[in-house]
Amino acid sequence: MTTKVVEQYEALANRAEEILRQRATADKIRIQVGSATCEHAAGSRDVLDEFRKHLAAAGRDDILLHQTGCTGRCSREPIVGVMVPGQMPVKYERVDRQLAHEIFTQHVLQGRPVLEHVLDGPVERLARHEILICGSVRCGWKGPRPFQEVLAEKLSAAGLANEDVHVVRAHCFGACNAKEAGHFSHLMIQPDRVLYRVKDEAELDEIIREHLVGGRPVERLRMPGKTIGGNFLELYGDVAFFNRQSRVALRHNGVIDPESIEEYFHYHGFRALAKVLEKNDPRWVIDEITRSKLRGRGGGGYPTGLKWKMGNEAFSPGVHAGKGTFSPGVHAGKGTFSPGVHAGKGAADRTRYLICNADEGDPGAFMDRSMLESDPLNVVEGMIIGGFAIGASQGFFYVRAEYPMAIRRIERAIELCRQWGLLGKNILGSGFDFDLEIRLGAGAFVCGEETALIHSIEGERGQPRVRPPYPTEKGLWGKPTVINNVETFANVTAVVNYGAKWFARIGSEKSGGTKVFALAGKVQHTGLVEVPMGTTLRTVVEEIGGGVAGGRKLKAIQTGGPAGGCIPAEWIDLPVDFDSLMKAGSIMGSGGMIILDEDDCMVDIAKYFMTFSQDESCGKCTPCREGTTRMLEILERITSGGGTPEDLDKLKRLGLLMKRASLCGLGRAAANPILSTLEHYSDEYEAHVVERRCPAHKCKALIHYEIDPEKCVGCTVCARNCPVTCISGERKEPHLIDQSHCIKCGRCFEVCRFEAVKRM
Amino acid sequence: MSTCTDNWEQVEAAAKMVLGEPIVDFIEQASAKPHPESQLIAVLHEVQSRFGYLAETHLDAVAQLMQVPAAKVVGVAGFYHFFRLKPRGKFMINVCIGTACYVKGAERIAQKIIEELGITWGETSKNGVFTLEGARCLGTCGLAPVVMIDDEIHGEVTPDQVPALLEKYLKKARE
Repeated sequence: MTTKVVEQYEALANRAEEILRQRATADKIRIQVGSATCEHAAGSRDVLDEFRKHLAAAGRDDILLHQTGCTGRCSREPIVGVMVPGQMPVKYERVDRQLAHEIFTQHVLQGRPVLEHVLDGPVERLARHEILICGSVRCGWKGPRPFQEVLAEKLSAAGLANEDVHVVRAHCFGACNAKEAGHFSHLMIQPDRVLYRVKDEAELDEIIREHLVGGRPVERLRMPGKTIGGNFLELYGDVAFFNRQSRVALRHNGVIDPESIEEYFHYHGFRALAKVLEKNDPRWVIDEITRSKLRGRGGGGYPTGLKWKMGNEAFSPGVHAGKGTFSPGVHAGKGTFSPGVHAGKGAADRTRYLICNADEGDPGAFMDRSMLESDPLNVVEGMIIGGFAIGASQGFFYVRAEYPMAIRRIERAIELCRQWGLLGKNILGSGFDFDLEIRLGAGAFVCGEETALIHSIEGERGQPRVRPPYPTEKGLWGKPTVINNVETFANVTAVVNYGAKWFARIGSEKSGGTKVFALAGKVQHTGLVEVPMGTTLRTVVEEIGGGVAGGRKLKAIQTGGPAGGCIPAEWIDLPVDFDSLMKAGSIMGSGGMIILDEDDCMVDIAKYFMTFSQDESCGKCTPCREGTTRMLEILERITSGGGTPEDLDKLKRLGLLMKRASLCGLGRAAANPILSTLEHYSDEYEAHVVERRCPAHKCKALIHYEIDPEKCVGCTVCARNCPVTCISGERKEPHLIDQSHCIKCGRCFEVCRFEAVKRM
Repeated sequence: MSTCTDNWEQVEAAAKMVLGEPIVDFIEQASAKPHPESQLIAVLHEVQSRFGYLAETHLDAVAQLMQVPAAKVVGVAGFYHFFRLKPRGKFMINVCIGTACYVKGAERIAQKIIEELGITWGETSKNGVFTLEGARCLGTCGLAPVVMIDDEIHGEVTPDQVPALLEKYLKKARE
């Protein structure tokens, strides 16, 4: 049986390789275009179309068009990559039809990259080689001087100028193991895709002499295999936004074609599943996941291994005869897993379900969408492993209907898996049966709560119920049910392939691995950021995100969406993981991270979230239904200038009450945005209720516009742009705003080129 | 299909009139699966994608065919934001009011659309071309503020671009 699984897996992997070989050989030029909701919105379909036309016209069969998902570099999309064999891969940003034309004619046909449009460019010229250095604190030889310094010195001594070799310090490659830590440094040489492990200067000299100057890789020092982020770094390692990240869950984003199972196989797809089925022991999987310290990425942070253990050990009440010593999956003896039939106890009901929660409802979060659109097979594989671990034979994908493309890609992934025998009966000849079904959400935020989600799958209104019993005991149709988030499943394959110890070590003490954040708002570089748990906010916002856009000052970082809170700018050195964010009065949530600057009013932000929660409250329990409504009323009163200092006490009291008395997570957390802003920005609330002033000039009722007669030159632009024509004044004379008619739209403020219009 | 009415043929024929053959087939297939009642939301999605909204007659027919109380069907249809109970215009304008779009000025985009079309949230323009809705995050926060018209997403929209954007669709509607 054991060899059968491996044999079948290898047969499939070989088949995939064979198909890929027929489709493309290594010496072809590849043009890579992103295809995901965000890429399409930015115009990638036009770009793809343009390349297709050019390709047809050029009549060349050595050029390939390759589709990938999205890399998560949202503000620069559409992104196009051009990979010429033997040369550095070049990525272009904000490509349109015109630029696509230039890229094709100049770069692809004539070999001259369009340097001014290179991603995060422009650059003057492309280096012949690039050296990526592992940035882990554990990496480094025992020399007296830092590795990078020695390397720079040796490069210039060898006559290799900056134009020839470009050195980049990247994030941790994940190439070392604990035993070797501190003895080696790792470096990757591009475009040759060679990863070296060096321990002293002599070895470094050899690499420079043989490889960089001589062009012959030093096989002796080469590391076998590839690190987890290797494929991603090979393509994107030169881009600062990417090389500071640790791509684990997102390791295939922007690398593989999300609709090609062959490519997924090529990047070790289903190897984790084969390993699990070969071991044929759910206990092993559960232990491995437990040791990895993987915690639920949906926001709760519940240990995944523990949840799976409970799901595995639960039994359906009423069916089981005898005492409660039922422990399926943990059979006596060796791993002779036989789902459905528990040794010696007769036919107990082993029905249980696994659900993937892809109802990404947090406004400002889009990492699950990206994963489903860019690497759906990884999530599916994670689910099959999860199904095996808990002993389920049926799983569900609960996806928001607002994500049509993600739905199409999952449908395709499931279909491909069935065709290749990876879903259905007797997967890889192991005897394990598992299948997946998609269920659509219909736009209810509360359905992210697990009991509400279960009701929704059952075809009911998505309202939560009291827990316990927890779904792991009594879930979908009364059967034990395990629900995990998309990102959790996306990490499972990494844990199985690369080991629990490795995964646990990436993260912080209590949570292993990385977390993907959807960085948005007033930040320079918006997009998906995956960093180890415990990375500081500063790294995410400043190093990777490039700080606040437009030179404004950072005011707060909002995490966790409507259930989270605002972390003040002073706390920017806070490490991000489940526990420290909780201590700061916010939560990790699913990973939305919105940057707020000095133009954002914190009372207004609190009101925004309360509007959301009030609208999304399902109405079942009174504290949430009434609490959100009343709190919103109070916030509206405050922002419209009618608030009193007593209102602030009322807000706090109501918030604490909702926290204690609400039925589900939505109600319990709905007050978080208000409570956290009340705590950190009480002065802003006070300004609103005492001085009737909005310090950020955001709350319309509390501001007005005036024209400074000293500065006004009488250009009439403001008067011509005013939608209610309340600005008067002769040409070349100072103008005046009629306050009684002004609707405070701020148009005059925006169009004035002389800073004469003042917002007070 | 199992029935509990004695005039099943009549019921089925009436439902076919209202919902059309493909949806009746869809319901019949769904009813053959385990836990048929759990397919209600999928059925409503199917009806809405065909008709653009869920009319009372649609809901009644679904209740009849699936043999679930009409109260439950209406309850489910009313609970979820995604389901529309009123007819929609030719194009759906979804202004994203997710957090990222909100802090980047989604309100002003919406205000401009409201001014241009003379309608407010949830309403359909008099010429039947546009229906305006607010969307709870379209997941394209990197392009904020975002407006989705039918399936097409427009990113980094400014109030000034709104008239031209609407005109583009008006032109399509006239064709």
